[in-house]
Amino acid sequence: MKIPSLKIYAIAYLIFLYAPIFLLPLFAFNDGTIIAFPLKGFTTDWFAKMAENDTLRHALSNSLIIALTSSAGATILAIFAARASTRYRFKGKGGIMGLILLPMVLPDILMGMSLLLVMLEVLKVNLSIATVILGHVIISLPYAIAVLQTAFATLDQSLEEAAVDLGETRMSTFRLIVLPLVMPGIISAFLISFTISLDEFIVAFFLAGNQPTLPTYIFSQLRFPSAIPVIMALGTCLVAASILLLSVAEFFRRRGVKRTGAKDTGGFL
Amino acid sequence: MTDKPMIAFQDVHKYYGDYHALRGITAEIRAGEFFSLLGPSGCGKTTLLRTIAGFEEISSGAVLIDGKTMVGVPPNKRPTNMVFQSYAIFPHLSVAENVGFGLRRDPRSKSEKAKLVEESLEMVGLSGYGARAAHALSGGQRQRVALARALILKPKVLLLDEPLSALDRKIREQMQVELIKLQREVGITFVLVTHDQEEALVMSDRIAVMFEGEIAQLADPEVLYGRPNSRRVADFIGVMNFLPASVTDGPGDAVTAEVAGLGRLEVAPGQISSAPAGDGAAVGFRPETLTLLYEGQQASDREAPGTIDEVVYYGDMTYYDVRLDGTEKPVRISMRNVFGRPVLEVGTRTRVAWSPGALVLFR
Repeated sequence: MKIPSLKIYAIAYLIFLYAPIFLLPLFAFNDGTIIAFPLKGFTTDWFAKMAENDTLRHALSNSLIIALTSSAGATILAIFAARASTRYRFKGKGGIMGLILLPMVLPDILMGMSLLLVMLEVLKVNLSIATVILGHVIISLPYAIAVLQTAFATLDQSLEEAAVDLGETRMSTFRLIVLPLVMPGIISAFLISFTISLDEFIVAFFLAGNQPTLPTYIFSQLRFPSAIPVIMALGTCLVAASILLLSVAEFFRRRGVKRTGAKDTGGFL
Repeated sequence: MTDKPMIAFQDVHKYYGDYHALRGITAEIRAGEFFSLLGPSGCGKTTLLRTIAGFEEISSGAVLIDGKTMVGVPPNKRPTNMVFQSYAIFPHLSVAENVGFGLRRDPRSKSEKAKLVEESLEMVGLSGYGARAAHALSGGQRQRVALARALILKPKVLLLDEPLSALDRKIREQMQVELIKLQREVGITFVLVTHDQEEALVMSDRIAVMFEGEIAQLADPEVLYGRPNSRRVADFIGVMNFLPASVTDGPGDAVTAEVAGLGRLEVAPGQISSAPAGDGAAVGFRPETLTLLYEGQQASDREAPGTIDEVVYYGDMTYYDVRLDGTEKPVRISMRNVFGRPVLEVGTRTRVAWSPGALVLFR
């Protein structure tokens, strides 16, 4: 019999990717303070402890505020940039778009350090979650633009011309035709920015001052072995929330595709 | 149809950077006529159409619609509506919402608008389709929705940008007839852009043939086909045979031509193309103005001997490529197939009947 080597490789690959994530709930429900096999009993104590933890709650609310505002900001800015790059021809467009997308490959630590300098020495503002929001807008903007560029580029320009031809202004055409048709792209861009912001560590570490965010809080707790089971519980919650979020996003994307009768190209999520 | 111009182009130029897309277009389109802009791709026909709609700003000159200048008037304020090549059906709206889109700013009541939409759909043969999703329609149906959507606003001019090019041959021919009927019914001036000469001949009252940003000839279909003003127009519209000729003037207005394969003949002034021919003078014949003579048949006017070079059988027609004695390039002759008359074979010696009145002299 022929050995299905490619199939085995694919399965091994998936195990390698996802097995570590399954360890989180495993130890989150394990009745023991040490993260090691064999497992002991089943408990939900760690989740209860997590819920009681005030600093953690504070970090979570900070992270959610940062993620929501920065992804909203990045998405709105990305709509403008993507629209400009797909609809208009202007001088230096290639260079400008390249520079806008560059932060994608720039080391985050450089971004963090330089932004810290700007905040403290140039703008002379105190570090707070507002400075983290600014940093996260800059980090997630290129990703949001990349997603939205595809959405705008696939839009047939004659649809807009038809709307103008039928009496609409450019503004109302954008609202009535363009926006509904690129909405799946906008949602994708928002979710990607949201995810990037939520688990971003370096920039948050540099710019948050004494405010905790989820990643910096988790990092600070790793020094205390007794806190680790709670971190496992927290990780479990984050995984569950991510799966839920992606499922909702995919649901809306598929509904959008179905409604406009476009060919399903798999989408970003 | 009246002779009053609905659209007037006055020395219209359009540049894209260094590229000179429209080179001094001056023409008038009459109110109520079916007018076609015909030419190969890149000749500027779509650009010219878009200057009527307002999607292209002209670089100099003027475009007038119903006597009013359109300089600086945006597309949404012009009395024109357009059917786009891609149809541009809004995919997220229903058929009725698409057709009624232009009524959004209309002050009439909802029920009145719904009635208008239904009437419009009925006009294009889609009554009862209003609730359907626009993206679920076939190509021909999308075309009809685009027509209904453009006509519901009762524009002075309907612009059609290659509206039939995406359809199958059968549906296309059917739509051609329907468009002609529709145009007569609504009495609106139609301006059609097409690269398909047959489509232009079938549908138009008048046709402007364009090459490289200029109108080469503007005439009704019969004149364009029968008396093209240049070899280029003759070549673009249908098939034309060319035979080299040497020309001497006179007697009087007429011109005498010595034509290879046909001999000496006189050409009346009306048969002489006004535009200069590129490589020497030549006479042109349409394939159907020549007739192959069968054994015992007599030519009603003149005849010339030749040999059949190629036979192409089309069912209703047969095309013969015949090399006339004393010429190098064969001429194409189209013969309607008649029951009981055999299709001739390659290599057959034959005689070709022709008439000097049917030719055009290009010099």
